[in-house]
Amino acid sequence: MINKLDESLRFQQTALSLRGARQELLASNIANADTPNYKARDIDFASALQNAVAGSAAKLPVAQSSNKHLEGNAGGSVMGAPVLYRRPVQPSADGNTVDMDVERAQFADNALRYEANVQFVSAKLKGMLTAIQG
Amino acid sequence: MSLFNIFNVSGSGMAAQSQRLNAVASNLANADSTTSADGQPYRAKQVVFSATPMGSAQGVKVVAVAEDKSPGKMIYDPKHPMADEKGYVEMPNVNVVDEMVNMISASRAYQNNVDVLNTSKTLLLKTLAIGQ
Repeated sequence: MINKLDESLRFQQTALSLRGARQELLASNIANADTPNYKARDIDFASALQNAVAGSAAKLPVAQSSNKHLEGNAGGSVMGAPVLYRRPVQPSADGNTVDMDVERAQFADNALRYEANVQFVSAKLKGMLTAIQG
Repeated sequence: MSLFNIFNVSGSGMAAQSQRLNAVASNLANADSTTSADGQPYRAKQVVFSATPMGSAQGVKVVAVAEDKSPGKMIYDPKHPMADEKGYVEMPNVNVVDEMVNMISASRAYQNNVDVLNTSKTLLLKTLAIGQ
């Protein structure tokens, strides 16, 4: 029984943590808007969520026989999803690729979707409570 | 919890920007200081930002305060106490226009970080209210 309750909330929980992780990435892009050679990063949310729900996220690490070998995913990963670099539209002379308009828009968008997700969880919980209490 | 880490990331951004603003204030205040503790004219100071890992994200750190090495403007003023034997005074190499631009940029970047922090706080509060 408890299993089923957990099961019905799992998708929303995964989506919420992925939104939170993306929010953190976008926050570091905004914080580093003036850092020379900083490259703006983001994740492909749709495929990241698909992978996280399917549970096929974490890829096997590339075997290294020397510490000079390159890592498989140097950019790091968020919940198993690879962190990608944003393609710059107007890169600045100091090598920074943060476009503040894009970052602010994505940040607001992600915040709104996070809030929507919170609402969905609340509604789901309310529904379950109604089912229990009648 | 990744949302809590945003406080650290944006906080580091705010600290770095305010240090930059501090350097701007120092440069503007000393735009006419023809001498300093070492007897040389004041040299413009610039902060150097660097991305630093902070949890799974990247914060900002001020790694150095660099002095501008360019020569100062020479002004002919034989009555000035700091004038050399030819009557020239070396002024600080502070470019006031550059500093004003720097100031506006730092202030906007600071505001952006404050907005990010506020949004994250709202999200966290909403998360806490799940199921109420």
